[in-house]
Amino acid sequence: MKIDTLNQGVNRRDFLAASGKTALGAAMVVGAGTLVVPSQGWGMELKSLKPETMATMIQMARDIYPHDRVADKYYAKAMRAHDDTGAGDADTLAMLEDGVAELNARAGKVGMEKGYGSGGYLDLGWEADRVAILRDIEDSGFFQAMRGSLVVGLYNQKAIWPLFGYEGASAHLGGYVERGFDDIDWV
Amino acid sequence: MAAPYDLNDDSVVVIIGSGAGGGTLGNELAQKGIDTVILEAGGRHEAEEFINDEWASFGQLAWLDKRTTSGDWRVAKDFSGLPAWIVKAVGGSTTHWAGASLRFQEHEWKAKTNYGDVEGASLLDWPIDGEEMAPYYAKAEDKMGVTNTNGIPPLPGNNNYKVFEAGAKKLGYERVHTGNMAINSQDRDGRTSCQQSGFCFQGCKFSAKWSTLYTEIPKGEATGKLEVRANAHVLQIQHDDSGKVTGVLYADKDGNQHVQKARVVAVAGNSIESPRLLLNSETSMFKDGLANSSGMVGKNYMRHMTASVYAVFDKPVNFYRGTTMAGIVQDESRHDPSRGFVGGYEMETLALGLPFMAAFLNPGGWGREFTSALDMYDHMAGMWIVGEDMPQESNAITLSDAKDQYGLPAPNVHFSDHANDVAMRNHAWRQGTAIYDAVGATATYPTPPYPSTHNLGTNRMSADAKDGVVNKWGQTHDIANLFVSDGSQFTTGAAENPTLTIVSLAIRQADYIAEQMSQKNI
Repeated sequence: MKIDTLNQGVNRRDFLAASGKTALGAAMVVGAGTLVVPSQGWGMELKSLKPETMATMIQMARDIYPHDRVADKYYAKAMRAHDDTGAGDADTLAMLEDGVAELNARAGKVGMEKGYGSGGYLDLGWEADRVAILRDIEDSGFFQAMRGSLVVGLYNQKAIWPLFGYEGASAHLGGYVERGFDDIDWV
Repeated sequence: MAAPYDLNDDSVVVIIGSGAGGGTLGNELAQKGIDTVILEAGGRHEAEEFINDEWASFGQLAWLDKRTTSGDWRVAKDFSGLPAWIVKAVGGSTTHWAGASLRFQEHEWKAKTNYGDVEGASLLDWPIDGEEMAPYYAKAEDKMGVTNTNGIPPLPGNNNYKVFEAGAKKLGYERVHTGNMAINSQDRDGRTSCQQSGFCFQGCKFSAKWSTLYTEIPKGEATGKLEVRANAHVLQIQHDDSGKVTGVLYADKDGNQHVQKARVVAVAGNSIESPRLLLNSETSMFKDGLANSSGMVGKNYMRHMTASVYAVFDKPVNFYRGTTMAGIVQDESRHDPSRGFVGGYEMETLALGLPFMAAFLNPGGWGREFTSALDMYDHMAGMWIVGEDMPQESNAITLSDAKDQYGLPAPNVHFSDHANDVAMRNHAWRQGTAIYDAVGATATYPTPPYPSTHNLGTNRMSADAKDGVVNKWGQTHDIANLFVSDGSQFTTGAAENPTLTIVSLAIRQADYIAEQMSQKNI
């Protein structure tokens, strides 16, 4: 998969329109078949999902497995597989689009109740509000498909392993016998 | 005759499976000059082809054929198509195992006698005991190069062990050490010492950990009396009108089917596939499957009482570095009903890489509670808990309505915990947590069982033919020239990791098969 690197600035209009949204929601610019995050220098072209749907899924992915040191593009990369699957599978595509529509409808209700105004999932600025919605739908096929795909799709990206202190393959370096297998001295 | 053998050669012993049981039996028979063919369902991946990457290795080695699950165990919900984490490759699960090599304790051979009647449990005494097994254990420990036996020094403790040992000793535990491990602590038997790579479960690229793949199998092949046929997936064991087995039907890597004739057949496909093969071999003469007059084929499935404890500290541990399981506390392995359960358990160090930690720490878990644990990955220590579980007739391998790639009924794995298993697990979670709390853990995580690695008991050994499938030699009660050579023979599970006992039984069984062949009894 390819997450394209960009070199664009954020204009003032984009910024103003973004107030009250999630950080990701504020940073994303949605175009025809594309999703771009200029401030983070990446974007993606979509084959099947609506860009707005993908944007919401990326936020949802972060809300399911929130790692504040892991950049959005890694969650985007994990979600990209759903777009690929959706391109050849109408049932999956409908399940994802319907799932996100349901999420946005629930978010709109919460927004009205809490006085944030109506809007979608990306307009709920507090993680706790979004997570409460996810708890309500966690037994759904949509949520389980999202969570299940993330377990491998997110954590098996070698690029994020150093953020967790995991060093990965070691045999080509001779293992750890000379590289700290017993180096702690605090116990 | 010499290897390779003709399909129509009916003088050979055919062994189904090349792991701890099958690989060892094959070499032992070949060393005695007996013509032997091992049929292995998986491919042959030599040590240098192993992959230091958890998911990629899983794709290379794991048995991923169709399986279904039922029962109230959490694995049936979290991993419904993956009841067990075992291997389909030459070397079987000895490529993947951690290397822990413990003898049974004396009382464990006679669980029924020593534990008494436990409601809902189908306990039985083994028809053999520790004294009878001692010489075979000694041979196996020497063969496998087990540390702390035969003058072999212990492995050095890694970071994960240091934390574990300090906590255990503060708690007052006394039997704390780096284990009896079939991992070279010094160069031995043509293999190097442990390089602390941290990928024991993915196949040891240094061959420091004993596996039949690069010990028993090449030694057997060197005699000219052992042929190992990879990608040969056995579908059915065949018999004649007298009820003797005559050969096996298998599919090669292209799906073409062949019959390999045999004088003796030994089944060693692990405790899910072995009973499934016997059940799938039903005929008009053996309507309930081969060797199943007792109705016990597939019953009494055991998987050990297991659990894990992971703990987070305010300082780094880097527990993924070094030997995956070289650390043990044995004080709780005794039988002491005052703790509220019969039998005992071992606590053993364990580390997973980040990808598998994400999959197994709390399957189905999500949100900040989950991710705050993973965020502290390099500050984590971990242990696995393994104890004796109660055999129950209702825990069983049966034929599923689902079909495998050959159109044969897939196995269904049904398991529910016994109350004794639950009581033992809760005790073990408390003690494991206490070990880490004793050295200043800031968070602890009682982690549920993973897909089974210790699959046992589904063709169990019994003195009386009505209670089990095989006799004290692993010979089926019903058919003289049909043997079972893997962990499915286990009458009860004991608290210990089973491989050393499987290997010891295979060495002993080879002596018996050779004697019976020379006396023309089989």
